[in-house]
Amino acid sequence: MKDLTVSTLIAVFEEIFGRGVFWTMVTVAALVTLAYVYVLVRDRSVSWRKFLLAQLSMPVGAVAAVWFVMVMTHSQLSDIGGPIDVIVLLAVAVLGAVGMAILVYTLESLLGSTRTERRLDP
Amino acid sequence: MNRREFLSLSALGGAASLALVAEPGPAAATAVPTSASIVIVGAGAAGTALANRLARRLDGAKITIIDPRREHLYQPGLTLVATGLKPASYVVSDTARWLPDGVTWLPERVAAVDAEAKTVSTQGGQTLSYDWLVLAPGLVLDNEAIEGFSLDLVGQNGIGALYAGPEYAARTWSAASAFTREGGVGIFTRPATEMKCAGAPLKHTFLVDDIARRAGNAGKVEMIYAAPQEALFSVPIVSEKVRMLLEDRRIGTQMQRTLTAIDPGARRATFATGNGTEEIDYDYIHVIQPQRAPDFVRQSGLSWADKWVDQGWVEVDRQTLRHLRYPDVFALGDVAGVPKGKTAASVKWQVPVVEDHLVAAIAGGEGTATYDGYTSCPMITRIGRAMLVEFDYNNDLVPSFPGVIAPLEELWISWLMKEVALKATYNAMLRGRA
Repeated sequence: MKDLTVSTLIAVFEEIFGRGVFWTMVTVAALVTLAYVYVLVRDRSVSWRKFLLAQLSMPVGAVAAVWFVMVMTHSQLSDIGGPIDVIVLLAVAVLGAVGMAILVYTLESLLGSTRTERRLDP
Repeated sequence: MNRREFLSLSALGGAASLALVAEPGPAAATAVPTSASIVIVGAGAAGTALANRLARRLDGAKITIIDPRREHLYQPGLTLVATGLKPASYVVSDTARWLPDGVTWLPERVAAVDAEAKTVSTQGGQTLSYDWLVLAPGLVLDNEAIEGFSLDLVGQNGIGALYAGPEYAARTWSAASAFTREGGVGIFTRPATEMKCAGAPLKHTFLVDDIARRAGNAGKVEMIYAAPQEALFSVPIVSEKVRMLLEDRRIGTQMQRTLTAIDPGARRATFATGNGTEEIDYDYIHVIQPQRAPDFVRQSGLSWADKWVDQGWVEVDRQTLRHLRYPDVFALGDVAGVPKGKTAASVKWQVPVVEDHLVAAIAGGEGTATYDGYTSCPMITRIGRAMLVEFDYNNDLVPSFPGVIAPLEELWISWLMKEVALKATYNAMLRGRA
């Protein structure tokens, strides 16, 4: 790597996924984040009932993200060879977990289920 | 924080990140006005990247790029094709796709360069005069140098030769995969000449060994790495690490062995040793042809007269890549007569140097950028692991991520870089953006 600037990184990500897919993914991530912010602002507080379901979905997101990366890169868990590999693996898992939690929380808030819709927690 | 404050803060954050994206790179500096005529020979990694950068840096220059090949090859991917990890199409794209507007592409083969008259003539009969010439035609594989070998044999009778291109890399995999299933003796060679990506012969060895292992056939294969050199790798500290890895995988080594002939029917290889010849029977052999500068370069009088005389690399200053006798000529990539440097990663470091000296000279000044021999090799040691080996002319290790990615450790992240990020970085480089 010669110069690791933001524009280089964006260029590299555009090449990995293709310009269209990359910016679609960025847009989807931004929309989900915006929707999440919207429900937080709308509800004026975090609903712990919704958050419980979101938390329960986190391990699923973590495992799914790690599985996706392993399959896409012809890798397996035994390839982990040093501290940086563990960090990257954990980062992938955390990203998957947080992404899944935000997605579940937002969907729950927007679509609503009777269980969590009834009223806000104290 | 009330809702309004919250929303305006988020809007500010969004604007800030947009500003970060739109931040102009250094190449967006004011273009230098000129009417100079620049000829680039070769639309491979180096020629294409330079054309894109020059198109941005110069205003009014007449830039012509000459290359007969309509298909651009992502050569770092060939090792992956030759072990079935990627299809042949993974390395192929259209040459035209990477060339910028304002650059003329002449799809012809160069016949001769006259550095005194400052002209390049093509086999199609055209003659172009230039103010500046950049030689980046790559190299040629000398198939005839190995008696009994020809490209149509690749893929049959246990013969592989991944350097010859995507089709031959795919055929190499059909021969190599048969070997990993059926077992026998596998010989993995290296030529005596300079070569592109000196790590590739080892990568192929490690990958084939790993695939045989995964198939449960480790006991059925006998792996031999045979090379003309005395050392396993030109950088001593890497060489020692490779020695340990080969021992760990129980891969035998036969050094100072130069492949001179093969008998495809009998599956027998002949090697020149220091004091005679030696024959080894094989079930699979990976042939890497000796590599030389294209004929027109060797006939143009631009090669070194006292170095690499059988190979003909261009006589350039190792720091500036500028020709030592003709200052209006530069050489980039495989054809440049410098130690090391025949990898795509080297090209990435070399191109900005030539760009700097060329643009500065056109503007009437003197360039300052230098190339220190940076060469990088994500040395795959098995599927899923690699060592990110980076070094320079001095054989010093020059890790890009010191303390984070250890150069001599087999890591998953180094594999990820090779498998996922490298082609993307390469493509960004072609466009002159990395």
